[in-house]
Amino acid sequence: MGDLLALKVHDQDNVATVFANEVKAGMVINVRDKKGRIFPVELRNDLPYGHKLAIEPIKKGTPVRKYGEEIGVATQDIAPGEHVHVHNMDSQRGRGDLERG
Amino acid sequence: MSIIWTVSGDAEILSVVKGGIPVKFMGYVRPDGQVGARNYVAVIPSVVCATEVVEAIVSQTELTKGYFHHQGCCQLPPDLERVMDSLIGLGANPNVGAALVVSLGCEGVDNERLVEGIAKTGKPVEIIRIQELGGATKAIARGIEVAQKLVMAIAGQQREPVEISNFVMGIKCGASDATSGLASNCAIGYVADKIVDLGGTVVFGETTEFIGAEHILARRAATPEVGEKILQIVEEMETRAKSLGCDMRKGQPTPGNIAGGLSTIEEKSLGAIVKSGTRPIQGVLDYTERVNGRKGLWIKDSPGREPEILTGMAIAGAQCILFSTGRGAPQGFPTVPVLKICGNPNTFAHLECHMDINAGRILTGEKSIEEVGEEIFTKLLRVLSGETTKGESIRYTKTMDIYTLGPVI
Repeated sequence: MGDLLALKVHDQDNVATVFANEVKAGMVINVRDKKGRIFPVELRNDLPYGHKLAIEPIKKGTPVRKYGEEIGVATQDIAPGEHVHVHNMDSQRGRGDLERG
Repeated sequence: MSIIWTVSGDAEILSVVKGGIPVKFMGYVRPDGQVGARNYVAVIPSVVCATEVVEAIVSQTELTKGYFHHQGCCQLPPDLERVMDSLIGLGANPNVGAALVVSLGCEGVDNERLVEGIAKTGKPVEIIRIQELGGATKAIARGIEVAQKLVMAIAGQQREPVEISNFVMGIKCGASDATSGLASNCAIGYVADKIVDLGGTVVFGETTEFIGAEHILARRAATPEVGEKILQIVEEMETRAKSLGCDMRKGQPTPGNIAGGLSTIEEKSLGAIVKSGTRPIQGVLDYTERVNGRKGLWIKDSPGREPEILTGMAIAGAQCILFSTGRGAPQGFPTVPVLKICGNPNTFAHLECHMDINAGRILTGEKSIEEVGEEIFTKLLRVLSGETTKGESIRYTKTMDIYTLGPVI
């Protein structure tokens, strides 16, 4: 599984980004942090190249963090190994739809 | 002197020199002291209605480039000013050695001020008027004659060695994916820091893609006023984005960004700002504003879409633009070489006809950010000195437009 790699960009992140092709549910992916430490996470979904997985539980309504910053909010509970994307997280910016409400 | 001369294609350049000797490139020194990396006659329609005459002129004359924008009439006065100032900036760009303005004759842009504005740089400027000349066929014939004279006036100019501090670098990322913020933008950020440290100028923009990352940029502002200005331009851009009462997602991030793994504008922005490096931000340039000799790192207040922001960089005075991409953006610019730095190793392999540098090797572990950054810097000196980019070699350089604020009326 040496080639299956995801990067955790910042210590405070709760997601990692996959830089590998043909990544499927049930595979174990090696998540590497900035210091080069590696920990395995079992994937719950197929993951396209460049997409994110949760590396810790993310509660509905709490921030998704990458680069040590908030990149959005979870719209449902997300478990480690789950694909994190537009289906289960939302942006908090540029939301003309919410202001019109 | 340990200056190293190398020969690459038809360009003789000074390559990277260590030990305190200034880094140089071979450029065209203009009458106003700016230095060009190319030597073109810009053929400038003052209004969209003149573009077909311009197309005919540039197809028949060597070393000419047309600016095929869609503005210049039936716009509110602030936008007409904006178009005129933009066209002056495009004519004044140091890669332009001479300019031919093609007017229809009844447009909103003030042609006299346009010609005067470009002429202030000291370069030759001519104008022809389609209605006055008796229509397109006569204007094309006259335009070719005038363009040929301008070409012959500048074609003999030779490149000279100049210090890299004369370089204004534009930066842009387009068709981004998750690799952009972790590979190509990191390598461009390394180059941006290096150009600033060598006394040059770096301009980055895409205000839309500061949304969610503006607090980080504001912290890097050289003064509190600049920090306030950064927050202000982001707020204005976000207000515009929200004005139609919908979620900006799909507009930004684009469907391609989303397919590439970027879920929100915040995530896209946090990756996008990495390309600006780490140096202090000296100020914010308006869309039509030129650098005019100012050094260090600057923001150009602009949208993220390629035709408008590449134009904004050319207006600023950029002689070359570093363009980061993950999905594979092909865009170039008529008068300014655009160097494609690809963060995604799959895309680099798949779209090799567009991509100049493979920064995806950072993600595969083959190269460090610094190694790819140095590779880009060396390539940059060669391109500034005349080497052709991939995009230039297949002439994927024509699309451009001017960013206006109000409606077409």
